[in-house]
Amino acid sequence: MTYLENLNKALRELLETTSDVVIFGEDIMDPYGGAFKVTRGLQRDFPHRVLTTPISEAALTGLANGMALRGLRPILEIMFGDFTALCADQILNHTSKFRIMYNDQVKVPMTIRTPMGGGRGYGPTHSQCIEKLFFGIPDLRIVAPSIFYEPGKLLKQAVSDDMPVLFVEHKLLYPVELMTAGGSGTKVEHVPHILGYPISLLRNYASGKPDVCLITYGGVSRFVPSILGHLADEEIKVVACVPSLIKPLPTKLMCEIVAEASRVVIAEEGTGQWGWGAELAARLHESLFHKLCKPVRRIAALQTIIPASKTLELTVLPTAENIEHALLEMVE
Amino acid sequence: MSDCSERCDTTLRDGIVQAERGISSPEGLKWTLYRKMLQIRRVEESLLQLFTRGILFGTVHTCIGQEPCGVGVTQALEPATDVVWSNHRGHGHYLAFTGDLQGLISEILGKASGACGGIGGSQHLHNRNIYTNGILGGTLPCAAGCAFAEKFKKTGGIVTVFFGDGAFGEGVVYETFNVASLWGLPILFVLEDNGYAQSTPKALEHAGEISRRAESFNIPITRLEADHAVSVWQTASGIVREIRRNQRPQLLALQTYRLAPHSKGDDNRDPQELEAHWAADPLKRHRQELAAEDAPRLEQLEQEVGEEIQRCIDFAINDKPMETAHFLKYVDQG
Repeated sequence: MTYLENLNKALRELLETTSDVVIFGEDIMDPYGGAFKVTRGLQRDFPHRVLTTPISEAALTGLANGMALRGLRPILEIMFGDFTALCADQILNHTSKFRIMYNDQVKVPMTIRTPMGGGRGYGPTHSQCIEKLFFGIPDLRIVAPSIFYEPGKLLKQAVSDDMPVLFVEHKLLYPVELMTAGGSGTKVEHVPHILGYPISLLRNYASGKPDVCLITYGGVSRFVPSILGHLADEEIKVVACVPSLIKPLPTKLMCEIVAEASRVVIAEEGTGQWGWGAELAARLHESLFHKLCKPVRRIAALQTIIPASKTLELTVLPTAENIEHALLEMVE
Repeated sequence: MSDCSERCDTTLRDGIVQAERGISSPEGLKWTLYRKMLQIRRVEESLLQLFTRGILFGTVHTCIGQEPCGVGVTQALEPATDVVWSNHRGHGHYLAFTGDLQGLISEILGKASGACGGIGGSQHLHNRNIYTNGILGGTLPCAAGCAFAEKFKKTGGIVTVFFGDGAFGEGVVYETFNVASLWGLPILFVLEDNGYAQSTPKALEHAGEISRRAESFNIPITRLEADHAVSVWQTASGIVREIRRNQRPQLLALQTYRLAPHSKGDDNRDPQELEAHWAADPLKRHRQELAAEDAPRLEQLEQEVGEEIQRCIDFAINDKPMETAHFLKYVDQG
């Protein structure tokens, strides 16, 4: 089953089993079924609970806020992750403020689903991973499913979560077959997390300690199986740590894994400066200063915009080769 | 949910039309409304004094002069099922709708007995069915989402959202008008047009007649001079009844005037203009009507209101702020 099929199935099951779920977003009416078709077939079968909307991301986010405050569990689709900038005031000054500023007398159980990511030649405003704009916001959870754990299960968890969740999909993962059981020579383990979003650990070795740890999430997960395969050929033991909850960070488990490997590469698709990897590197440094035998290495997009041309886009975004090279350098 | 097929003719009508529909004011209503207006006025005057004395930390935006808006509109609502949203100038709406005097005063003085334990403060109030936030315009889609939920759950509740002429500069207001009309949401938009956005007069901020902007969204508009709480109540009651029946949005555009500064000392309006408006203070006019009716009753009412407020202020001053440890549970872990 593909990443997209799994999400579509979960959305359908949510509509079938939960009467307070409402799904809305731009162009999600059938037969079109959404720009990336994640909601295909749902409006046809649930016409009163699956609503196509005007192009009004700020109002849509506010609508989700109001619905959630009054007992519904709205799922809002934002067509491109880039457009979450239009939701930003609502997320920052409304969604994520209500629970605390009203002293825990309300909850805001809403989910905003959106595809981030490049690799499709869509150019500067339709290719970004801008979840970093939201990482610093308290009382907001950010979940980014990889190919190693069913995105549909994570979506159900997000919808049943009493906290607001920004659910970051990756557009290049939609057609990818899930690898929840790992692949040839790679073991997958899903470590539970207290907030309900597991962390996937992948190992390309059967026993002993890892030589290096790779930490990444979301779209970059598609590179992990080949990287682990190549490095196994080189007899380099790699543990890949792929959390599904990317904010707040499951720091404790990450520190344990990194301590075991004592070398770590962090890979993300967004720009590196002020990014996810920067925060994670700081935490690893704070906890593991004496246990790391090399400085933390970060791989991310270059600090510029994402060009439309295929060659230029490949230059800007992180690739499997960049990551593999960084891992090799760590163990040299 | 979509009511796109149902056509709704936009009308621009005068509030008097509503009054002529024969909604008569119940016995004692005038007294009830006066009591609420007076309470709001006295509370806000006290807050300004407490600020001057250094007892109030933070800020307040008073609705002195605008009391008929909140008092008249909320009187037309059902507190148990209807929802109210308000903005930075929300003390009056909060008091009129909830009556939670202690919760408001303690909240603004930053004490544990505040409506939100002192976390929200003046601009971020919540109690049961009322929500306020200090981001202008941003409250409108939240209110529309509540209206969607009430309609979806068939609770019979409608939503009222108060906002000022300044908020009309925000794009999300129009996004919300559009969706509310398109989807047929039971929401009453109440524009409190006091002619100023903080210090900037309306003429320097808005082109055209702002209340007409709802017209192109097929949202019926009623305009009313909010100089008397009874006429506001009367007009709002008619509109609220219609919204309950047809589950569609309406705009009530209230012409009002803020007699006090935007916040505290920040007022550079023409003193003559202010003087003229003080002379037409709706609270004073309402009081004169009641004084002519029953002066001793009025005196007693005013004494009770003053004493109640003083008791709440004394309690709040002696109350403690929220325990730090209690607030620290709100810090993100991980």
